[in-house]
Amino acid sequence: MSYLLTATCALPAAGAVLTAALPAGSDEARRRTTKAVALTVSLATLALAAVVAARFEPGGARYQLTESYSWIRSFGINFSLGVDGIGAVLMLLTAVLVPVVMLASWHDADPAQNPDGTFENRRRTQAFFALILAVEAMVIVSFLATDLFVFYVFFEAMLIPMYFLIGGFGDRAGGPDSGAQRSYAAVKFLLYNLLGGLVMLAAVVGLYVIAQGQGFATFDLPTLTSAIADGKLVIDPTAEKALFLGFFFAFAVKAPLWPLHTWLPNAMGEATAGTAVLITAVVDKVGTFAMLRFCLGLFPHASKTFGPVILVLALIGIVYGALLAVGQKDIKRLVAYASISHFGFIIMGIFAFTSQGQTGATLYMVNHGISTAAWMLVAGFLISRRGSRLIADYGGVQKVAPVLAGTFLVGGLATLSLPGLAPFVSEFLVLVGTFTKYPVIGIIATFGIVLAALYALLLYQRTMTGPVKAGIEGMADLKVRELLVVAPLVALTLFLGVYPKPLTDIVNPAVDATLSQVHQTDPAPAHPVAATSGGEQK
Amino acid sequence: MSAVHTLWLGAAGGNSPSIPAPHLEYGQLSPMLVVFGAAVVGILAEAFLPRRSRYTAQLVISLAGLAGAFTAVIVLAAQGYGTTKAGLLAMGAVALDGPALFLQGVILLSAFVAVLLYAERRLEPRINGSAVDAFTAQGATVPGGEQERQATTAGFTTTEVFPLTLFAVGGMLLFPAANDLLTMFVALEVFSLPLYLLCALARRRRLLSQEAAVKYFLLGSFASAFFLFGTALLYGYAGSVRLSDIADAVAGTAPITPALANSTQNDALLLIGLAMLAVGLLFKVGAVPFHAWTPDVYQGAPTPVTGFMAAATKTAAFGAFLRLFYVAFPGLRWDWRPVMWGVAILTMVVGAVLAVTQQDVKRLLAYSSIAHAGFILTGVIASNKQGVGAVLFYLLAYSFTTLGAFAVVTLVRDSKGEATHLSSWAGLGRRSPLVAAVFALFLLAFAGIPLTSGFTGKFAVFQAAAAGGATPLVIVGVLSSAVAAFFYIRVVVLMFFSDPQPGGPAVAVPSAMTAMAITLGVLVTLGLGLLPQYFLDLATKASVFVR
Repeated sequence: MSYLLTATCALPAAGAVLTAALPAGSDEARRRTTKAVALTVSLATLALAAVVAARFEPGGARYQLTESYSWIRSFGINFSLGVDGIGAVLMLLTAVLVPVVMLASWHDADPAQNPDGTFENRRRTQAFFALILAVEAMVIVSFLATDLFVFYVFFEAMLIPMYFLIGGFGDRAGGPDSGAQRSYAAVKFLLYNLLGGLVMLAAVVGLYVIAQGQGFATFDLPTLTSAIADGKLVIDPTAEKALFLGFFFAFAVKAPLWPLHTWLPNAMGEATAGTAVLITAVVDKVGTFAMLRFCLGLFPHASKTFGPVILVLALIGIVYGALLAVGQKDIKRLVAYASISHFGFIIMGIFAFTSQGQTGATLYMVNHGISTAAWMLVAGFLISRRGSRLIADYGGVQKVAPVLAGTFLVGGLATLSLPGLAPFVSEFLVLVGTFTKYPVIGIIATFGIVLAALYALLLYQRTMTGPVKAGIEGMADLKVRELLVVAPLVALTLFLGVYPKPLTDIVNPAVDATLSQVHQTDPAPAHPVAATSGGEQK
Repeated sequence: MSAVHTLWLGAAGGNSPSIPAPHLEYGQLSPMLVVFGAAVVGILAEAFLPRRSRYTAQLVISLAGLAGAFTAVIVLAAQGYGTTKAGLLAMGAVALDGPALFLQGVILLSAFVAVLLYAERRLEPRINGSAVDAFTAQGATVPGGEQERQATTAGFTTTEVFPLTLFAVGGMLLFPAANDLLTMFVALEVFSLPLYLLCALARRRRLLSQEAAVKYFLLGSFASAFFLFGTALLYGYAGSVRLSDIADAVAGTAPITPALANSTQNDALLLIGLAMLAVGLLFKVGAVPFHAWTPDVYQGAPTPVTGFMAAATKTAAFGAFLRLFYVAFPGLRWDWRPVMWGVAILTMVVGAVLAVTQQDVKRLLAYSSIAHAGFILTGVIASNKQGVGAVLFYLLAYSFTTLGAFAVVTLVRDSKGEATHLSSWAGLGRRSPLVAAVFALFLLAFAGIPLTSGFTGKFAVFQAAAAGGATPLVIVGVLSSAVAAFFYIRVVVLMFFSDPQPGGPAVAVPSAMTAMAITLGVLVTLGLGLLPQYFLDLATKASVFVR
């Protein structure tokens, strides 16, 4: 038994504790130490995650590098970790994005200086970076957990650091009542997700009691799924539906799926750009990931029963999110609604029950994470320069800050799935996968792409082109630190757009395993060659 | 008169058999005896020691007594009295078994922490050079009167609180161990009377404190009367107050005497008696609809006493509740279950919903304790072995968290004493990040966030309830948890995300005693959240009642 996975989770957790304990101070040197420590830890975590991904053999067992430690014997709970293809790429995405987010938020948590020269809250910097590392640790545990209870615990617990990140650290572009709006957003985020999590708790307890009654007093996911697949563990259909809904509700709030999405625009609008990226690109992915792993694996029949309903909700989310994005006045809220539309695509891909759809959905999670991070972080740089989130306050930025405008354009084009950029591959796979089974839904979903072009290009046109607006004239272009943030994201977007094979190779076996759990096969041909290489489809 | 029981005839007939001297197992009763002994020594110290040395003496006596009793509990448990050697003591009046020992341990530990809070003398400003605590200078003086002023300026303190607390603890130790209804009633009174007094002894806001005590006393007396009446009716039904005899009579396995044959036909006696007992106990645990006293009393009582009541009274009362319903009425589940379901659902919902509107942190914690009583009731209703273990664990977890939370409340002060109005807690996180973070941890534990003890406890009771077929209760439980989370989060928002008010309260620096109480609360809250296995095992092992 190797300790690699535990180390990957424990490193950011230990880093969070260490960062929180670093001496506070108002002087720049101490703050820089704090940030350097946090960034180093996140980079080391990335290195570990890369080692995990490198040691993962796509053709091997379903869960690899498994570890298990007894935790709460009374309930048969083990701290079990294992990595499958889907978990591996999402863990990698998290590990890539966290250092990027830290670098992008470098000065977001510097304590504000009072008029008399004193500092208001001298531990702000320590708290901010410690909370980010705590979120990273909990998200990675969620992606690696093969014990349902462990997953639940960290799925819920990550709300707390996230809540403090949203409520405690906003961008400085808000109005006079930004504090009140921010705490409203934080509370809304927490209550929505907590309600979802508590409903899931009832379902987790219910599943355990049913399994216990049939001799499976365990939360071990492989044991439960194989027992369910082999018919050794029989859940009565009504109970299965109820349990499925309990799980799905929590994941749909987290993802978020229309109509449970309303917390996302508030949270992403009020939080710093870095936190917003953490929410939409990292934490929300746990929701869609969990649909794939838990809903489908544990409740195959109910998943099939509710599949069409969920597809319709996802479809509504795609169109609704895109339409609202078109109408937004606030840049960050626009990105949030665009994300809601994208989450619709991801969920659609999952519940179309085709291998293209699910491979596409998994790729979509990664690509959306990268492209939205680029778009949102550049938007954050823009907002911090002008001090406003309103689209109307901008105009002609490309004349004064061409690099900023250019990277913003790349982010926008990636969001609208321009062929050649990474999101195109995944969106195409999701649409094809849906279309082969549900042609009507596939066709309607295509309108989402048209609307995406509308909101992404309109945003660019309104903010970057045209005459230079007042307050924009002296705007500085991207600094070295900011370029360091954007460059890897743009590079990944381009690379994965042209050559997605490394990802699809890892993801495909896991998707096939998931699909076989729901007893679904693709409509002919059984395993399309196209799914392994998106590049050929252009 | 043919229905008169033979027992009564024997007593009334004149040819009374000689009453045998009771045989007492002093060693096995030692936890209670030590505490009562320490209480008596405390009274003597109060009478004979000079005023200046009383505080130290009382503190030493109390802590030594509680520690000694706890040691006795540990020794008894280590000798197997919780499991294999469990049995009845004092001619069947007291049970010595797993639940009794576990709960006695929890009560003693809570009392130990509470005594540390009682003895805190650094928070109140010194009066003429003498340090004073949270209790009034002289309980008998009229609030605002001349005598009170004199007593206060003389720097008097009410050191009687220590022996009073020890007597209450003694009663609480007996309550969950009582094996017949009369012993249970005596224990109820022994721990209630000192509590009524303690509630009235606040140094600040004395009228509020006395009002709380009067309310608690009046309602508590009613509840006691109900309990006693219920005992009488059950005696009329079963011909015995012994819990196991009642169980036999209910099950129809008791040896049939003519009198018993007649009375056991009468289910009205049984059901009304049972209902009245339940009223008495539900009052003590603060379950809806018998909860009305809780907010007023929690708010008015001196905060250390509130913490003590919230932790220890709840533990003792739920212990008695478990014993009554698992030993005396196991066969009657279908009669009492629907009612108990209703009570549990009401308790969870009302506690959570009413807490949302509270503006005072002590009242908020009071409603939160009501909601928690509801969660614990779901475990009681599970009526299986898991349920008992889960309730025991929950009580342990909740006691330390609630004591810690009230300890933090004592620290946040302005010139008028504790600043309990929620608005004055705004921005606490910016001024005193550590204290605010600790309080936030306790609130998150109350809300049942994973990795805290609150989650483990909640998971355990819900799991037991679901296994016991009470799925609707679990669903109501999670939904009211979500409502409850709202008001806990509201306080967190206030502390961390609101701007501090000018002239708001400051966090006083306590002595090592309060600091120890809070640290213990934090450690237990995190410990039982992260590594609960040992204590879950202990609770499971301790979950078998002796009959």
